[in-house]
Amino acid sequence: MSSIGTGYDLSASQFSPDGRVFQVEYAQKAVENSGTVIGLRGKDGVVFAVEKLVTSKLYEPGANKRLFNIDNHVGMAVSGLSSDARQIAETARTEAASYRAQYGIGIPLKYLNDRVSMYMHAYTLYSAVRPYGCSVIIGAYEADGPVMYMIDPSGVSYGYYGCAIGKAKQSAKTEIEKLKLADMSCKDLIREAARIIYLLHDELKDKQFELEMSWVGNHTNGRHERVPFEIKAEAETKARQAMDEDSDSDTEDM
Amino acid sequence: MIAQNTLKAQVSQNMAFLGEANRYSPFLAAQNDSFHSASYDLSANTLVPDIYGSQRSQAPLTTATSVVGLQFKDGVVIAADVLGSYGSLARFRNCQRIMKVNDNIILGAGGDYADFQYLKNIIEQKILEEECLDDGFSLKPKSLHCWLTRVMYNRRSKFDPFWNNFIIAGLEYGQPFMGTVDKLGTAYIDPVIATGYGAYMATPLLRKALESKPDLNKEEAIDILTKAMQVLFYRDARSFPKYQIGIISKEGIEIRGPLTLESNWELAHMIG
Repeated sequence: MSSIGTGYDLSASQFSPDGRVFQVEYAQKAVENSGTVIGLRGKDGVVFAVEKLVTSKLYEPGANKRLFNIDNHVGMAVSGLSSDARQIAETARTEAASYRAQYGIGIPLKYLNDRVSMYMHAYTLYSAVRPYGCSVIIGAYEADGPVMYMIDPSGVSYGYYGCAIGKAKQSAKTEIEKLKLADMSCKDLIREAARIIYLLHDELKDKQFELEMSWVGNHTNGRHERVPFEIKAEAETKARQAMDEDSDSDTEDM
Repeated sequence: MIAQNTLKAQVSQNMAFLGEANRYSPFLAAQNDSFHSASYDLSANTLVPDIYGSQRSQAPLTTATSVVGLQFKDGVVIAADVLGSYGSLARFRNCQRIMKVNDNIILGAGGDYADFQYLKNIIEQKILEEECLDDGFSLKPKSLHCWLTRVMYNRRSKFDPFWNNFIIAGLEYGQPFMGTVDKLGTAYIDPVIATGYGAYMATPLLRKALESKPDLNKEEAIDILTKAMQVLFYRDARSFPKYQIGIISKEGIEIRGPLTLESNWELAHMIG
């Protein structure tokens, strides 16, 4: 990498001569090494799915969660360093609680996104700190429908219909683009999300993974909840079937 | 520590030019945190007597009267009217004061309505934080009862009590639980509890009913409690004929009302 040895990559508070902040780019690299996380926004809710890479067989199932509740109505899916991400989740919770205490209603996602982005951005400005090595997707179901934002380590954020972060984000985005998100219900989204995560998982590089799924939508009364076990199990079975059919047709071609 | 604080102060001064962005400065994280949690600061140190001689709460303002509660075979019912009195003036006619805390606790409050609203917010935030943990555990009634005794006792020890009586009811591992705390932090657990005027007038009625039939079912318990509410409406001058009932049992939580009490004042013209 051209940045190494030039001295411009040692601090987040200095630009390189061609106008880049290498520390921020390194933070983004940290996210790209992590398991894939996707967020899908349909007509009646938002669905999160996480390919949580299990790095040791000795972990208990369900350990090191990558899906967080921020408030009753807000969910967060994270990719990258999970210890960094937990701190972002905590900040988001504090902001949500503060808004609730002051205004008596849950924080609109737009404002939460603003505050969390500003917080992450602040860590790209000083030499004494490092940027957060994680990207987060936040989602909610509000009066005028579902909303979803993604924030990256630079503090930049956009609203999305569908987004992907982590290892296989490119192919995940290609898969997501094939979907008619605006017409899909959460039930359909769950199936698609599980299928995409299973499809993109690279068995050669990463042996084990756990699928984590949550949703927030009309059917959960606007509350962010983990997808119930039966529904998730069904989606996973379908995802595996789809994979098998895929590989069957591959062999037929040969 | 002092050096650290001075450093923080310097950093924040040096970054004053950042204006609004200052709020998000990594170096001010600790200060930001205290800003956010300020509204939940139970220590209330602004009320420590200072040179301005700030005043502690010595009397409640908008108040609510008795809360009554009765355990039955596999649950608890509590009831309270919906009047917010301003002294002897019946000022607010829809002050609901039975709340669902989570799937296994309901809470009823009497006394200062503002203090109740304040603690209600704190309890709701507490539950929210617990749900965020996502570990499958939830607060149980015994724990909330104990926590409230600490909060109430702590504030009375500062001579600045929360002016409330609480009844905490719920299911603890499937068993009915009911406890109470008052503004002094005095607390006890009992299958029959009535606060305020109810302590004098409803307790004997409820105890008698329970002693004559210890294995009450839900409907019987509700009937007895409704009767107690009616007696209280007749005799307590700060009461109101509209009330709520909170029921917790294996079927879950139900908060009924505001319901209307029946009363007959035909006798009134014969008095005086």
